[in-house]
Amino acid sequence: MWNTVFPYLLSGISVGGQYALIAIGYTLVYGILRLINFAHGDVFMVAGIVMVYMAASGLPLWLCIILDLVATSIIGFAIERVAYKPLRTAPRMSIMISAIGVSYTLQNLVLYITGGLNQIYPKIPWISDSIKIGSATTKVVTVVTPILTILLVVALVLLINHTKVGMAMRAVSKDFETSQLMGININGVISVTFVIGSFLAGVGSVLYFTNYTTVIQTSGAMPGLKAFVAAVFGGIGSVPGAVIGAFIIGIAENIIKGLDIILFKAGLTSGPMGLAIFSDAFTFALLIIILAVKPTGLFGEKSIDKV
Amino acid sequence: MSLLRVRDLRVNYGGIEALKGISFDVEKGQIVTLIGANGAGKSTTLRAISGLVPVKSGTITYDGNVIAGQQPQQIVSQGICMVPEGRRVFPNLTTYENLRIGAYLRKDDITADVEHVYQLFPRLKERSWQLAGTLSGGEQQMLAVGRALMMRPKILMMDEPSLGLAPLVIKSIFEIIQTLHDEGITILLVEQNANAALRIADYAFVLETGMLGMQGTGHKLLNDPGIKAAYLGSGA
Ligand SMILES: Nc1ncnc2c1ncn2[C@@H]1O[C@H](COP(=O)(O)OP(=O)(O)OP(=O)(O)O)[C@@H](O)[C@H]1O
Ligand SMILES: [Mg+2]
Repeated sequence: MWNTVFPYLLSGISVGGQYALIAIGYTLVYGILRLINFAHGDVFMVAGIVMVYMAASGLPLWLCIILDLVATSIIGFAIERVAYKPLRTAPRMSIMISAIGVSYTLQNLVLYITGGLNQIYPKIPWISDSIKIGSATTKVVTVVTPILTILLVVALVLLINHTKVGMAMRAVSKDFETSQLMGININGVISVTFVIGSFLAGVGSVLYFTNYTTVIQTSGAMPGLKAFVAAVFGGIGSVPGAVIGAFIIGIAENIIKGLDIILFKAGLTSGPMGLAIFSDAFTFALLIIILAVKPTGLFGEKSIDKV
Repeated sequence: MSLLRVRDLRVNYGGIEALKGISFDVEKGQIVTLIGANGAGKSTTLRAISGLVPVKSGTITYDGNVIAGQQPQQIVSQGICMVPEGRRVFPNLTTYENLRIGAYLRKDDITADVEHVYQLFPRLKERSWQLAGTLSGGEQQMLAVGRALMMRPKILMMDEPSLGLAPLVIKSIFEIIQTLHDEGITILLVEQNANAALRIADYAFVLETGMLGMQGTGHKLLNDPGIKAAYLGSGA
């Protein structure tokens, strides 16, 4: 039984970590701007495309990864400055629409550049290698992901709770005006938030695409949506909430993928029942349930504006 | 020369003219109070000086330099600090963090300043690790004052510091204002509690729907029959 479940659990934890890295971007930006950044999944996808082209240029891969993360951070920064900052005092809905516009712009740009063809993600040594853990054969990245995710989350939480810029982020997330009275440059703090979110999505993309090996202009949609659900599930605005939500979704989704085999091997069913098909549906069912039962999510603030 | 000089200040909110050209001076080391009815434009005046709302026309000079049009952080950095209306402490930060964030622009050591604030408000010291959102209204007001002191203000602008507080707490807030004045801080005080404000003020201005009305020493306004009827209530 355990041997059947274990590989699914392992890949669930890994995918969960990748979702977590994306989900943090949603939750941080929401926390500070009360904006659901619809373009975030596409930033994640663009990070994948940038990596593909960077690797094709012949630069060493380690340098490509660094440059990719820098580029992704800059893209996140630039999106905020160009598409959201001018709308700072506009109604929330305008910024939301701007975010949707950015999302399609990025997708179309990538469609134009790639011609809509699947791009093969570079095979990064070591993390692409296969390893055997117990009953599971998997890539090293599967094991690296949750560890790296946890390390980054711990670093982020320390940054938010114990540094000056983190304190400013917490202050700005509550009250723009009073933050300005303290001498905080709120645009600077908002930029920092976007840079952190995009950087983490960039890290997530390296891990995710090493696992899935191809990138196309729509590659950001599903993981973006799942990460968004994770952030809502955990309580949007909360970093630990987003991370826990992401792991729960990643694990549940992968267990469902393996449910046919798991149930069969356990002798509970006599043949395949096609349950794997529900793995995506589960995530969205979860979204509906959480919105109905506890709209603020697991760790959400009590008062949340309707968007 | 006055420390703060406001000339013909106009501020609009959309189509509404909240300030219709007001001029006044705040002399160094004085307590100056701005009184007026609800909606007269008192908060707007302070917010314009802080740089939170754009100035439509007119000038604001501080220590001889024009500050109208500057960003709030530039204005704060010159020592013009505000205790905003409704306290506005950061509820998700601890008492101590609220004090630290008050000194956000300072690069030097702030331990002495934190101690100073804790001396003024011993209750804050006991609650230094408590989230500010869980403090009582009076404690939050003390924290808002303490937070503004962390920048070592030259001018402290206070917007209705006594609002919603019990008489005993109001009394201690006004005592603190007096203490700060004795320490040499120039104070621009906006108050609904005109009686108490005029008592401690060196000079006072009355704001009436965006325009300045009477002005004079606190003592003079306190004894003015018109002011008595309009702002001090029958008991005064
Ligand atoms: N953000 C805003 N948008 C539109 N109108 C505003 C805004 N802020 C203030 N006003 C208007 O400007 C006028 C002056 O407001 P202000 O807050 O300065 O009054 P106040 O004297 O501080 O009153 P109170 O004693 O009630 O605090 C009021 O008529 C108010 O409705
Ligand atoms: Mg007011």
